[in-house]
Amino acid sequence: MYNAALWNAHRIHFDLPYATEVEGYPGLVIAGPLMGEWLTQCVHDWLGDDGQLVTFEFSNRRAAYVGDVLRSGGKVVSTDPDQGTASIELQVSNEAGEAVTLGAAVVRFGG
Amino acid sequence: MMESLLNDELLSNIGRSAEPKRELVTRRDIRKYSVATGQRLQRFLSGDVAPPLYHMALFWDVVGLDELTPDGVIVDRLLPEFPLKRAMAGGLKIDYFKPIQPGDTLIATRTLTDIYQKQGSSGPLIFYEVITTVKNEAGNPVLTEKATRILR
Repeated sequence: MYNAALWNAHRIHFDLPYATEVEGYPGLVIAGPLMGEWLTQCVHDWLGDDGQLVTFEFSNRRAAYVGDVLRSGGKVVSTDPDQGTASIELQVSNEAGEAVTLGAAVVRFGG
Repeated sequence: MMESLLNDELLSNIGRSAEPKRELVTRRDIRKYSVATGQRLQRFLSGDVAPPLYHMALFWDVVGLDELTPDGVIVDRLLPEFPLKRAMAGGLKIDYFKPIQPGDTLIATRTLTDIYQKQGSSGPLIFYEVITTVKNEAGNPVLTEKATRILR
């Protein structure tokens, strides 16, 4: 559904015979932006209605495949009470504990 | 000294922009994206406001199936042909200014802003940057996205 919502026809994400037999991947490759999506959700689910995203960045470091168990989360690394902002580091890791996607966000509190 | 793979012709592409794209944001489209990405917050699922990466879906090129490469990829016409072909992980950095809501008409402009080379552990790497600015009809910035791609 993600690829459909994006209108992304890249077959490695949804065509299993193609991804494995033609391109040699171990499974369907999870689209990079979707992993960035999950990190934004970590931030928004945590913020609730209480703030907004000011900046967000992410980069994918290794591939992840449908069926992998992935864990995503983050930690607040600094806050600026005057600005009402916080900086957060984010990561999606696989079961081996390797970083799949690294990210960072700055949020501003308040409606 | 690192041999440069970047000749003048390649570097002359820096500063090139694609035709601006104009799109209407609809509640239905936001809802589809929100369901497809597993959003949990009601304001996204209802389509009241778009999640932070929604603009990628909004501005994704809709081209005929016969314009795709055999693996389903669209050729990005903004980019020149690079001497290194394998795309590695890149990064995206987005600055947000205004929320995206149903009824907004947004205009996206993409510019190839830089091309440079670095030495990686197993050979040269070419980096390129594309900046996308999304504005509303009044000309106010909605978001700015800087994408960095690495080729080896």
